[in-house]
Amino acid sequence: MRQPDYRTPHIGIDSVEHQSRLLELWEGEGGLKGFLGTVDHKKIGIRYIVTALILLVFGGLEALIMRLQLAGPNGTLLNPEQYDQLFSTHGMTMIFLYALPILSGFSNYLWPLVLGGRDMAFPRLNAFSYWIYLFSAIFLYVGFLTGNGPNDGWFNYVPYASRDYNPGLNEDFYSLGMIFLGISVTAGAANFIVTAFRTRAPGMSLNRLPMIIWGTLTANAANLVVIPAVSLAFFLLWMDRQYGTHFFDTSGNGQPLLWQHLFWIFGHPWVYAIVLPAMSFVSDGLPVFCRRPLVGYPYVALSTVATMILGFGVWVHHMFATGLPGLGMSFFSAASFVIVLPSAVAVFAWLATIWLGRPVITTAFLYFSSMILMFVIGGVSGFMTAAVPTDWQLTDTYFVVAHIHYVLIGINVFPVLGAVYYWFPKMSGKLMDERLGRWNFWITFIGFNLAFLPMHLTGLFGMPRRVYTYADGMGWDTLNLITTIGSFVLAVGVLLFVINVLKSLKSGAPAGPNPWDAPGLEWSTPSPPPPYNFAVIPTVASRTPLWENRLGESGVVSSVDRGMLLSQGKESIGSSAVDAEPDMILHMPEDSVAPFLLAIGATVLFVGMLLKVWFVIGIGVVLIALGTLLWLWPRRDLREREPVHG
Amino acid sequence: MTPLGYLDAAGQRAHIILPLTWLTIAISLLVCVVIAVLLWLGVRRARSSGGAAETRATAVTGGRSGVRWIGMGIAISGVPLLIALVWTMVALAEASGPPADPGLTLDITAHQWWWEVHYDAAQPDQTFTTANEIHIPVGQRVLVRLHGGDVIHSFWVPKLTGKTDTIPGQTNLSWMEADRPGRYRGQCTEYCGWQHAHMAFEVVAEPPAQFQRWRAQQLQPAPAPTTPEQTRGRSLVVYRCGACHRVGGTLAGALAGPDLTHVMSRSTIAAGTLPTGPGTLAEWIEAPQALKPGNLMPNQGLSAQQLTDALAYLETLK
Repeated sequence: MRQPDYRTPHIGIDSVEHQSRLLELWEGEGGLKGFLGTVDHKKIGIRYIVTALILLVFGGLEALIMRLQLAGPNGTLLNPEQYDQLFSTHGMTMIFLYALPILSGFSNYLWPLVLGGRDMAFPRLNAFSYWIYLFSAIFLYVGFLTGNGPNDGWFNYVPYASRDYNPGLNEDFYSLGMIFLGISVTAGAANFIVTAFRTRAPGMSLNRLPMIIWGTLTANAANLVVIPAVSLAFFLLWMDRQYGTHFFDTSGNGQPLLWQHLFWIFGHPWVYAIVLPAMSFVSDGLPVFCRRPLVGYPYVALSTVATMILGFGVWVHHMFATGLPGLGMSFFSAASFVIVLPSAVAVFAWLATIWLGRPVITTAFLYFSSMILMFVIGGVSGFMTAAVPTDWQLTDTYFVVAHIHYVLIGINVFPVLGAVYYWFPKMSGKLMDERLGRWNFWITFIGFNLAFLPMHLTGLFGMPRRVYTYADGMGWDTLNLITTIGSFVLAVGVLLFVINVLKSLKSGAPAGPNPWDAPGLEWSTPSPPPPYNFAVIPTVASRTPLWENRLGESGVVSSVDRGMLLSQGKESIGSSAVDAEPDMILHMPEDSVAPFLLAIGATVLFVGMLLKVWFVIGIGVVLIALGTLLWLWPRRDLREREPVHG
Repeated sequence: MTPLGYLDAAGQRAHIILPLTWLTIAISLLVCVVIAVLLWLGVRRARSSGGAAETRATAVTGGRSGVRWIGMGIAISGVPLLIALVWTMVALAEASGPPADPGLTLDITAHQWWWEVHYDAAQPDQTFTTANEIHIPVGQRVLVRLHGGDVIHSFWVPKLTGKTDTIPGQTNLSWMEADRPGRYRGQCTEYCGWQHAHMAFEVVAEPPAQFQRWRAQQLQPAPAPTTPEQTRGRSLVVYRCGACHRVGGTLAGALAGPDLTHVMSRSTIAAGTLPTGPGTLAEWIEAPQALKPGNLMPNQGLSAQQLTDALAYLETLK
């Protein structure tokens, strides 16, 4: 058991000697050991972001190949098996391996910085969830690259996923890979929740949380609840496939619909989990470029939470055609309508922020503000699918494909690209090129809308989803050609983004600590921040600590250069959940290879399960045991052994 | 123009849905236009454009709280939302619920990748089974009982009725009523494997008298062969095709594939993949795996003579 540390911390002023002492305490090792063992949330955050962006490019290339196949009727570029694996892998990549991890990356990097802390609550768990994410992504892609990619869509309905209809390893890779990935998400979610409630700078009470905390916290609270449903579903499927259980098999009184319930009770909250943090990027970033605080902060924060709670009650709208009773469907239909309202709160808060502020057009502003319109387009098409009888026509046509892409590109990718333009200077110390940024934005924007706006019509004209080819004379030829052209324009936009990042990394203008004159705590540290983030723990007196003197709020003074020094070890501050009153000193762990070792052990275990080789499973278990032992070995600097004095 | 489009309707159930679809489209377009205009005008207020320096140069102000915007937004969104909600519930009540007293009852079983259609009747000798082409009388409610043959599929005839999944282990109900004669395309819309793309069917709505004639014809067994070619062809069909298919009135009685008794009366073969005709039928028999990879029918590898004979007989199955 760790002994809590209730000493009263020394209060002092930032100084050069203090900083060098902190650097000595916090700077990690170099070399391979440092690379594998780092627990610095900033390094882990950037790893998440880079990995997720690479996977975004993979998913994009898969989409381009499919768009070539669909550019005209009777395409012959791909055979059905190739097409099925491509669209399934595309969905898996974008929804699971890109959309959440990219947001977790930003949150990982930014949370301690916006909260005024020195790291996440559980730094080693943080490293662990990254390694698991990386290895599960590799696991899933090994399947794809050996011709064993998922082939039943990301939703993976049974019985097509069962062994009778799908005898290859495809679905075993996917089932096990998804359970594997779920470990990462669950560990990350727990870490975010504790970090949000227990590691905030003094004074950062709940009503002063930056929106990125609300968005990510809400999303991860949901993840913690729903990941078990999907992990269970995939586990049952794997048991059905490999050990002859009958959870989904009608010949043993199993229920195919059970899969759909388990999947969508996870799947719909997940959709909110991959947009709410991105929406919070807009809520934090847009006001900076409107030169005023966000309009209606408490309403936007509450609407975030409300969306998530309602989001638990709408999963059946994915199943309106499955023959469920009308009364049941009417409940889920109504919930799906009501969930529009909290979204309207956010949209009008953003619009009001633009109208009541003094907007400055930058690339980040363009991404954030254009997102509002795409959010609305993706929102109204979702509203249409809430009308059950109309959904009987819309569902499983390209209308829903258009909808999901407005949601996932409009509400996830656009805010993410905006967030890169906004926070890149903090992460790298360099500004991104605004001229190239404008090209990047407009080409991405035009390409995206050219590809996906006409797709609504393709859907209304009846084109079914997930077909590897289509006949001519159905009225879809021209629309599909436009979508293919648009998707390549979009790809050029993304390419320009990558070029801009690389160019700016190499030769961007120095950013300084606060290039945008933004109000959040993260802008009070140097760019890039030192390993310890803050030399002294800031004290927060308002929602916009760096803007206080200009907003004319009398008597409100946050402090960023005088505060708790916490330099007697690797220390940070623990605070109370609601009011963020400091209540203990946290002792943060040193770098450790235990998370890496544990993740390697888990990988070996999953490979063993895939191959059903007990020997390999045994090695995995041993490695996991060793990693756990190393991790949990009581350490004096963490006050896990005999009490220390001073 | 758009055989699978659902912005026009030719049947009762689709007619119930269509106004709701237009209502939600109208609301959606209106909302998008309003927001786009608000956003455009708001962004146009920007006095400054550039990067970090321009941002820093613009002073920060508190300004008005703006909470009234949110109140207005909720109010504006709430009204159309409520209208759509009530309309949805009314349309749902009207469209769901199978007809109490259907004029015709069909049992449709979806298979990878074709549709088995069984016509139910009070007298067992009035029942029959066909595939991929569903004839119905105009103006009568048709109850459709949907069965899952293997994996999940979805039954959809956009001009007549919305989608209902066919799920193994349960029987789902749908219904349709055509209000004018015509051929309406249907399509599987739940992803079901390699040939999900080629799992179409047709609903042929006919005046009741014509439907009765079609029904009487479907009840007939296959005609006896009249030429030596046809006779040889029949033996071949019974021996080869009969392993999976049924031809009424012959020894070919297997139920694994579509019933061939009246195959030439249907307008397409292989679930909407090819138009029916001697040429396409020959192509299909020779190379089903090239035309529809993954389907259960193997390439036949018949000699030229065998193919001619088989076709001669199959062409009589009208």
